[in-house]
Amino acid sequence: MTLFRSPRAVPYLLLTPALVVIAAVILVPLAVSLWSSFTAYNLTRPATLYSFVGLRNYARLLNNADFWWAFGRTLVFITVTLNLELVLGLGLALLVNQVTMGRKVLRTIMMFPMMFSPILVGFQFKYIFNDAVGLVNNALFDLGLITQPIPWLVDGTLAPLSIMAAEIWMSTSVFAILLLAGLLALPKEPIEAAKVDGCGPIQVFRHITLPFLMPFIFIAMTIRSLDVARAYDMVRIMTNGGPAGRTELLWTLMARVGYQNSQMGMANAMGYVSILTSILFTVYFYRKLVVARRYMGGVE
Amino acid sequence: MAEIKLTKVVKRYGALGVVHGIDLSIAHNEFVVLVGPSGCGKSTTLRMIAGLEDISDGEIRIGNRVVNGLPPRDRNVSMVFQNYALYPHMNVRENLGFGLGIAKVPAPEIERRVNQAAEILGLQPYMDRLPANLSGGQRQRVAMGRAIVRDPDVFLFDEPLSNLDAKLRGQMRVEIKKLHQRVKTTVVYVTHDQVEAMTLADRIVIMRDGHIEQVGTPAEVFERPVNVFVAGFIGSPPMNLIDAVVTTEGLRPAARLADGVVVPLPAGVSVSEGQRITLGLRPDDITPQGHGMPGTGETLRLEREVALAEPLGTETILFTRLGDKEIQAKMLNPRVVTPGETLPFVVDLARLHVFDAADGRSLKA
Repeated sequence: MTLFRSPRAVPYLLLTPALVVIAAVILVPLAVSLWSSFTAYNLTRPATLYSFVGLRNYARLLNNADFWWAFGRTLVFITVTLNLELVLGLGLALLVNQVTMGRKVLRTIMMFPMMFSPILVGFQFKYIFNDAVGLVNNALFDLGLITQPIPWLVDGTLAPLSIMAAEIWMSTSVFAILLLAGLLALPKEPIEAAKVDGCGPIQVFRHITLPFLMPFIFIAMTIRSLDVARAYDMVRIMTNGGPAGRTELLWTLMARVGYQNSQMGMANAMGYVSILTSILFTVYFYRKLVVARRYMGGVE
Repeated sequence: MAEIKLTKVVKRYGALGVVHGIDLSIAHNEFVVLVGPSGCGKSTTLRMIAGLEDISDGEIRIGNRVVNGLPPRDRNVSMVFQNYALYPHMNVRENLGFGLGIAKVPAPEIERRVNQAAEILGLQPYMDRLPANLSGGQRQRVAMGRAIVRDPDVFLFDEPLSNLDAKLRGQMRVEIKKLHQRVKTTVVYVTHDQVEAMTLADRIVIMRDGHIEQVGTPAEVFERPVNVFVAGFIGSPPMNLIDAVVTTEGLRPAARLADGVVVPLPAGVSVSEGQRITLGLRPDDITPQGHGMPGTGETLRLEREVALAEPLGTETILFTRLGDKEIQAKMLNPRVVTPGETLPFVVDLARLHVFDAADGRSLKA
């Protein structure tokens, strides 16, 4: 008992509840999932959790074309949506920044898409892109632009684009809000100095506004890259990975392998590959962020 | 050649007028200082010249061009801002060369002009530093360097020294003056500090509430202020302003103060019996006997009790009472004065200023 009464034990005693919670919620599941990725764990046969197979799951993954397609598709999905969201969000933020009256109202309205559950956004866009009763096809019909319905969610090329459209609709405002915050914090004087120094509006934007916004852009990129990398719900609702796996992303594939095929060991191996990829993205953007922030201390 | 001509220039924000139709001509290579209290419209006027504010009415010419509709980049002006306004993501060299790069000046020429400016301002050791790693004075120099490399027609300074500490401000003031002697250009300089105005200006423009009160050389505005406002604004310590009533009982008009003292008015002042006036008396012109400049003419002797003495080394400022006011007097070659001591003061009557109490304008011819 004297061990617990020693003054040096006090900090550890006080930290124990927090450590226990962290262990129960994070460390144990992490350890179990990491362990299971080295086993032939199958949900239907619990005993397989102890059949250690070494790196077999990872070795199979390397040769699994479905996995690499999903992996590549996810990367493309992240790259395209993030960049489009950045461009659209930046444009939106610049426009709202020009507004002098009702900016707060606009800002609130801008956040509406973020307030919906992604599942509902998925259902909503599934309906909008429905080939028979969807809004898009009906509008195109009535305008006389098409005579045949376009199978938005069934066509192998259009389906990923439709999902991207939904994702961009939902999350462009994340960029817009963060970049608007950056624009509002932008000091006026360097911009005026640049104008006097001979810059036109586009040059002011390129040489002054954009460098100043870079930290905000990288923060938004970091947050959103993690968000998009785990895209699941919207895809599950809109196409469920179809047609013929053309919209299969990492997480839909993982859910299929883990829960439908019960190959939890394999699914966890996939999970670790995708988490490592996410970490790489985050580290990359975070490095950029630190570099971009370094000189902003000089703003006075 | 770049003279600047403002004709009936007006600035309004909605219904609120900030500058009310000012006229001003600035000669080529002249150093003009706009001075006045905060909110007098001096910075707004400067920003209209720079093109950072629209001109609501009237006309501004730089050289022979009307610049009303021109954006800042087409006016060939450069500006030094109060907060330096350096580009935080560029080092000193890039900050200096930025404007030239935008103007598509060839790289070797940029290099040459940046180095020249750096040499003039002593910036060579800091060329690769970011603004965040510079002191206030160094940032100020970079801001000035950025202005001079472009070799503009007009330099605009917007309270450039107000963020520096007192000692540095004095140094930079001298540097700006030297810079103007070296790089001859038209300069418009805005400040609220009348010492800066007096020391730097070829001509001072004193503004109040969007109007120009007086334009003149430092000596003119000091010696012959046109009204009470200018008189009180220019000079440190400020001019003593004492209410009085004109009496013509004696041989010539005099001013009767609230405490009964009668002060003969200088010749050439047009007043009438009973007129309410404000007497202006600079601390330099009321001095203890034997501790002032030799008087130029007629004087008045007054015995006064000193309430407080502020020794400044070469002179001491004495606080005493005259009329219904506490006034300041200057003591040259000072000795120690204890509060409560009564001293014989000498007032230089020829240097008295007389203003109409109602509208404040000078009554001196």
